[in-house]
Amino acid sequence: MTDQEILSGLAEIVEEIAGVPADEVTPEKSFVDDLDIDSLSMVEIAVAAQDKFGVEIPDEQLKDLKTVQDVVNFVSKGV
Amino acid sequence: MAGAKILAFGGYQPDQVVTNDDLALRVDTSDEWIRSRVGIESRRVAGPEESVTDMATAAGGKALAASGLSPADIDLVVVATCSTILPMPSVAAVAASRLGIAAPGAYDLNAACAGFCYALAAVADSVVAGSSRNALVIGAEKMTDWLDWDDRSTCIIFADGAGAAVVAAVPDGEPAGIGPVVWGSAGEQGNKIQVTGRTGAITQDGQGVFRWATSLHPLALQACERAGVKPSELTAFIPHQANLRIVEALARKLGIPRERVADDIVHAGNTSSASVPLALARMAEQGRLESGTPALLMGFGAGLSYAAQVVTLP
Repeated sequence: MTDQEILSGLAEIVEEIAGVPADEVTPEKSFVDDLDIDSLSMVEIAVAAQDKFGVEIPDEQLKDLKTVQDVVNFVSKGV
Repeated sequence: MAGAKILAFGGYQPDQVVTNDDLALRVDTSDEWIRSRVGIESRRVAGPEESVTDMATAAGGKALAASGLSPADIDLVVVATCSTILPMPSVAAVAASRLGIAAPGAYDLNAACAGFCYALAAVADSVVAGSSRNALVIGAEKMTDWLDWDDRSTCIIFADGAGAAVVAAVPDGEPAGIGPVVWGSAGEQGNKIQVTGRTGAITQDGQGVFRWATSLHPLALQACERAGVKPSELTAFIPHQANLRIVEALARKLGIPRERVADDIVHAGNTSSASVPLALARMAEQGRLESGTPALLMGFGAGLSYAAQVVTLP
C-alpha cells in the first residue's frame, strides 16, 4: 500500500468519525490544532485505521502521532 | 417453548441535581469540557441516608404499578447492583418485602454496568423454564458512595438512580418478547475499571474503556441476528449510558438514527446497571417507545462484562 493510499483511506476515516471534509486532511495538518479533533476521536480513528489497514495503534502510541503524516508513517511502517 | 416479555418499566432518580458548574468548584474541570467529552449536563445524587435498596424499591414499585400486576403476582425479584456498601442482606429480598411481595425468590447480581441486561436474561430464562411466573427485575446503584470527589476523571461521570421492569410469560402461540442474550466477559482487562480496597474509589482507564466500548458493535449485531431482527428495524437503541460519545459511536456504527437512540445520560449521568432501565422508563414517559416493536438493549462495563438482547417494547 502506498503512502498516498494510506492518506486517502485515513482521510475517509477522519471525515466519517469527526466530520472533517476528507480534502482538508492533508499530511502537514495537526489533528488537535488544525482539525479540531480531540483525544477520544483520535481513539476512534485509531480503531477504524486498525480495521482498515490491519495495523494496531496502541493508546500509548497515540499521543505521539500529532500530524496526519505521523499516522501515515506509522501505518506505512506496520503494513 | 414459551417465551417471556416485558410488561412495563419504572424509573427513580434522587432529587438532588449536581451540575457541571457545581463540580468545577471542586475539581479542575469545566461545563464545556464535560459536555464535549462525556455529554453530561447534570446528574442526580442520592442523599446520605438514601440507600441502593430505597432506590430499588422506588423504581420497582413504579414498574409494578405500570404493569397492572399486583405484588401477589410476582414470585421472583432480581436486583442488578455493584455499589452496595453492605453485602447482606440482599437488596432484592428487602426491596421485595417493602413492596409487599410475599416470599419471592430474591437475589442480587453483579455484572456492573452490564448488570441489567444480565438480570433481564436470567429472569427471562427463569420464566421460560417455568421456575417463575412473573418477575421484577431492577437495576439500582449509588455509585457516588464509591467516588473520589477529587478525581476529575470519575466524579464527573457517575451518578445514582434505579430502573426496573416487570417480566411475564407470553401466552401460548405468541412470539417471545425477550430475545436471546449475547453476553460475555474479559476478566483479563478487569483492571480497566475497578475498586481496590474496601474503602477505595472507582478508578478507570478512560481511554482504554472508550476504545473497548466503541468496538462492541459486533455484539449488538449478534443480538439482532439471534432475535431475527435487522438493525434498521429497531425503533429504539438503549445502550448503557456510559458516555454520550460511546453511545453516539455505537449508534453510528450500527446505522441507527439519533432520534431512536437513548441519550438519558445528559441529565442522569452514568448510573451503571440502572442506566438502561432508567432510560427506558424515561423514553416510555416521553412517548418515545412504540409498543410491539423491537428495541436493542446493551450493557457493558467493569469486569469487563457485556450483554445485549433485543426486546419487544410493551
